[in-house]
Amino acid sequence: PHWVSGPEAEVQRMAWAVAAVLGLLLLLGSPGGCGGSPGPPRDSLREELLLSPLPSGDIAATFQFRARWDSELHREGVSHYRLFPKALGQLISKYLVRELHLSLTQGFWRTRTWGQPYLQAPAGAELWVWFQDSVTDVDKAWKELSNILSGIFCASLNFIDSTNTVTPTASFKPLGLANVTDHHLLRYAVLPREIVCTENLTPWKKLLPCSSKAGLAVLLKAERLFHTSYHSQAVHIRPICRDASCLSVSWELRQTLTVVFDTFSIGQGKRDWSLFKMFSRTVTEACPLASESKIYVDISSKTQENELLEVTPPPLSVHEASVQGDRRTYAVYDLLSPLLFNVSRSLNVQLKWKRPQDSLDLSTPVLHAQRYVSGYGLQTGEISTLIYNTHPYRAFPVILLETVPWYLRLYVHTLVITTKGKENKPSYIHYQPAQDRRRPHLLEMLIQLPANSVTKITIQFERALLKWTEYTPDPNHGFYVSPSVLSALVPSVLAMKAEDAEKSPLFTSLFPSADGSSYFVRLYTEPLLVNLPTPDFSMPYNVICLTCTVVAVCYGSFYNLLTRTFHVEEPSRGGLAKRLANIIRKVRGVPPL
Amino acid sequence: MAAPLVLGILVAVTVRAVLYRSSLAGFISERVEVASPLNAWKRVVEGLALLDLGVSPYSGDVFHETPLIIYLFHFLIEYSELVFMITDVLTAVALYLAVQDFNKVVFKKQKLLIELDRYASDVAELIRTPMEMHYIPLKVALFYLLNPYTVMSCVAKSTCAINNTVIAFFILATIKGSTLLSAIFLSIATYQSLYPLTLFAPALLYLLQRQFIPVKLKSKDFWLYTTQYAALYLCSLVVIVCLSFFLLNSWDFIPSVYGFILSVPDLTPNIGLFWYFFAEMFEHFSLFFVCVFQINVFFYTIPLAVKLKEHPIFFLFIQLAIISIFKSYPTVGDVALYMAFLPLWSHLYRCKFFVFDSSHPHPHSPWGTLNSNTTDVYCVTYTLYISLLQILLISDYFYAFLRREYYLTHGLYLTRKDGTEAMLVLK
Repeated sequence: PHWVSGPEAEVQRMAWAVAAVLGLLLLLGSPGGCGGSPGPPRDSLREELLLSPLPSGDIAATFQFRARWDSELHREGVSHYRLFPKALGQLISKYLVRELHLSLTQGFWRTRTWGQPYLQAPAGAELWVWFQDSVTDVDKAWKELSNILSGIFCASLNFIDSTNTVTPTASFKPLGLANVTDHHLLRYAVLPREIVCTENLTPWKKLLPCSSKAGLAVLLKAERLFHTSYHSQAVHIRPICRDASCLSVSWELRQTLTVVFDTFSIGQGKRDWSLFKMFSRTVTEACPLASESKIYVDISSKTQENELLEVTPPPLSVHEASVQGDRRTYAVYDLLSPLLFNVSRSLNVQLKWKRPQDSLDLSTPVLHAQRYVSGYGLQTGEISTLIYNTHPYRAFPVILLETVPWYLRLYVHTLVITTKGKENKPSYIHYQPAQDRRRPHLLEMLIQLPANSVTKITIQFERALLKWTEYTPDPNHGFYVSPSVLSALVPSVLAMKAEDAEKSPLFTSLFPSADGSSYFVRLYTEPLLVNLPTPDFSMPYNVICLTCTVVAVCYGSFYNLLTRTFHVEEPSRGGLAKRLANIIRKVRGVPPL
Repeated sequence: MAAPLVLGILVAVTVRAVLYRSSLAGFISERVEVASPLNAWKRVVEGLALLDLGVSPYSGDVFHETPLIIYLFHFLIEYSELVFMITDVLTAVALYLAVQDFNKVVFKKQKLLIELDRYASDVAELIRTPMEMHYIPLKVALFYLLNPYTVMSCVAKSTCAINNTVIAFFILATIKGSTLLSAIFLSIATYQSLYPLTLFAPALLYLLQRQFIPVKLKSKDFWLYTTQYAALYLCSLVVIVCLSFFLLNSWDFIPSVYGFILSVPDLTPNIGLFWYFFAEMFEHFSLFFVCVFQINVFFYTIPLAVKLKEHPIFFLFIQLAIISIFKSYPTVGDVALYMAFLPLWSHLYRCKFFVFDSSHPHPHSPWGTLNSNTTDVYCVTYTLYISLLQILLISDYFYAFLRREYYLTHGLYLTRKDGTEAMLVLK
C-alpha cells in the first residue's frame, strides 16, 4: 500500500532492479545460449510446375516440391520438424538411410511418341534405397523400411521381400552425395502389379508443408489426376552439399508428380490446354511457406517459324535452358511476384495453338527401348529387348538391368546380343542366378550401342510349375516381370553449361550432371505379362488319392508277394452263398461250382 | 557271339548318329519324359556357361549335376554326341559280359541242384538249357541299345546314360566277383544319384554267395565280409565327395545335388509321381509326404533281401525297377536300364499272371501345347498310368519268379489229395 522509504527501501529497490536486469539478460541471452548451440536448422521449400506440350498433342504436367533442410539427421537427436515431414525424417534417422527413392506409377511413358522423359518411373511401385555403411543388417533394415513405407503411403510395399529384391552392382548409383559406394548397401525392388489410386495420393499430399490448401498443390485433385494416361508420383530423399565448399550436408526431399493428359479423352480432340481444363482448378496464391513458387511452360518452337504456341496471360519472364541436349525456352510465372495477381485473383495459364497443325515435328528421342516375350506353349519362352540409338554419329554405352522372377528360369548360355546383324559382346556382365523361392535373377550388362542402330538382346527361359498355394487368386491373368532399367549418359548435341543447382529450375537438377557434353537418362521398358502353367486347383484331394492309390498298389502287391507263400488250394465246403448257388444250378441243370 | 554284338552296336550307333543330325534331336531334348531337371543337357551347358562367367554353377537352382560331370564335360563338351554314344555302347557291352557270366553261374547252380535232387521229378520243362540261354546276353545288349527309350535318351544327351553306364559296370564287377571294383562303381553310382545306395544289399548277397559264405547273422565270416565291403564302399564314397569339394572349393554341391534330390523343390513334369502330388499338396504336410515318398524307395530293400536272398540278381533287378519308378525325377533312361534285363527272365513266361508284353504306350505329352486344366489332368493320368503299368509289370515278374521256384521244388503238375488238378494260391 505505501512505499517504504529510507535506507531499507533503497536496498530493496536496488535488489529488484538487479534481478530485473539479470532476468532480462537471461531472456535475451538464452537463444544465444551457453555453450554456443546453434538455432533450429534452416529449411526452405521450392515448388514448381512444368507444363510441356508433347509432340502427339498431349500435355505433360510435372509438379516438384522440394524441401531442403540443413540438418544432420543422423548425428543430432532432432525433434523439431518444420517443412521436412516428420514421418520421413524419423525414418531416415532410425534406419540410417542415405538415399531413398520411391515411386508409384500407373501407365507407361511412351518415349517414342512423347519424347524423352525428365524422370521416368516403371509401372507399379519402385523402391530403391542406399543405406549408410554403419548399418549392420541391411536386409533387416530393408524389410522394416519397406513395411513402414507401406503404412505411410497406403501401398502394398510389404510384398517386397527377398523374392523381388536385388542388389544391382552398376546401375542405381547414388544421386546425392556419396563417398563410399559399396553396392551391398543398395537394395532395389519393383512391384509391377501395384496399382496407384487416390489412397496413395492422399498421404503423399499430406507430406507437403502446405498440404493441398495453398500454392501449386491446390491443383492436385484426385478425380482429374487419375483420369490420365500416365500418373507417376514419387518421393526422392538424398543428401546434398549445403554450400559450394561441401563441408556439411543438407537433406533434400523432392516430391514429384507427373501426369500426362490425353488429347482425346480429356482434351476432346483439341490441342488447346489450360490449367482449368486439366485440373479443374486455378492457382490463387503461392504457398506462404515456399521461398520460390513458379510455373514453367515449355514454349520452345520445334520448327523454324516463331512461336506457334500462344500462352495467356503473357508471362512476366522467359527462361532459357539446355535440357537433355536441347535448347528450350520456358515461359515463367512467378507466383510470389506481386505483379502476377494484379489483373485477376486467380491464375489460369492457357496454351493455344495459333494455327491447327496436322503433325508436329516428332523428333525421335536419342535412346529408347522396347521389350517383349516371344515363344509358344507353356514350357519355354524368350525375352527380347530392343534398344534404339538414333543419334546420327555418336555411339555410347548403356547399362541394362534385368530382374526376372525365379519361376522363369533364365538360361544365360542362350543370351544373344546382336547389332546390325553382328554379335555385340557386352564389356561387363554381372549375372546372379535365381534361387527357387528365395531370390530373383539379376542380369546387368554394359552394352555399347553403335550410332544409328538397333540392338537386340534375347534370352530364353523355362516356365516353372509352382505349388498351388503360390499362385495368385487370378493365375490366368499371368505373372508380371518387372521392367528392365536402362541407364545411359547420352551425348547431347549442344554443350550444356553447369548451372548452380539453387538457382536453376528444379526439373534441370534432378540428376547430377557430370559434364556439359552428356546428360543422364534412366529409361524403363514395359513390364511383361507371362502365363505360367497352372495345376488343376479344383482337385487336390483327387490327386493325392490317386497318387497314393498307385503307391498302395505297389505296396500291396509287394506285401503279398513278400509275406505270403504258395500253397495248394484245399477245396472248401463253401459257405452259404455257394450252397445256394449250387442249388440254383442244379435246378437249371448246370454243373455245380 | 561277338560278331552279332558288333553288328548290333553298329546299327545302334548309326541310328543315333542319324537322329543327331535330324531335326528330331532338338524336339526330343525338350521332352519332359526324357530330360528332367537332374539330367537335362541344357542344364549342363548352362552350368558350364555359369562357370565361364565366373559364377558358381551351384549358386542358382538350374544346375543339379555333380562336379564329376562338370569335370568330365569341361574337356569333352565339343564331343558330347560321341561321349553319349560311347557310354551307350559301353553299357551294352558291360551288360553283355555280365549276363554271359551270370548265365554260367545260373547253369552251374542248376546242375548242382539237379544232382542234389532238390528239384521235383516232373519239372523238365522248367529246366533251362544252355541252348536257350545262349542268346540271352545278346538279347540283353540289343534290348538296351535298340530300345527307343535309350535312343531318345541318348539323342537328348541326358546324363542318365552316364548313370546307367556306371550301374552297368557295377553289375559287371559284382557278377565277376571283384569286391573292390564293385564297391567303387557303386559309390560312383550313389554319388551321381542317391538311390543306387539300395543296390548295396543285392550286391553284397551275390558276393557272399560267390564266396560261399552263408548268410547267417551269427556267422563271423558273414560279418567280416560285410564290414569289408561296406568299408570299401564308404571310403570310396568319401574320397569322391572330397575330390568334388576340391574341384570348386566349396560344399555347395551337396545341398544343390543331394538336397535337391531329397527335397524335390522343382515341380517340372516328368514321368514320376512326385511332381503333381507336391504341386497340389498342402504346405503343412509337404515335409511329411516328402519323407514318406523318399522312404518308399528305400523301404523295400530289407524285405526283398530277406525273401530273395538266394536270388540276388533278381533282387537287383527288382530294386532297379523300384528305383526307376519311385525316384524323385525319373526319366525313360532309367526305365530302359531295368527293361534291358527282361530277356534274362523270359523263361518265366509260363508262370505269368498277366500277359504283359512290356510294350509301353507311345510317349506323347500335350504339355507344351495347350493351357487348360484338362490337359494337365490328362498329363497326370498318363503319368499315373505309366507308373501303374511299370508296377504291375514288376510285380508280375516277381510273382512268376516265385511261382517258378515253387514249381521247381514241388513239381509242375500239382494234384490235390483226390487227384484233380490243384490251384496254386498265395496265402
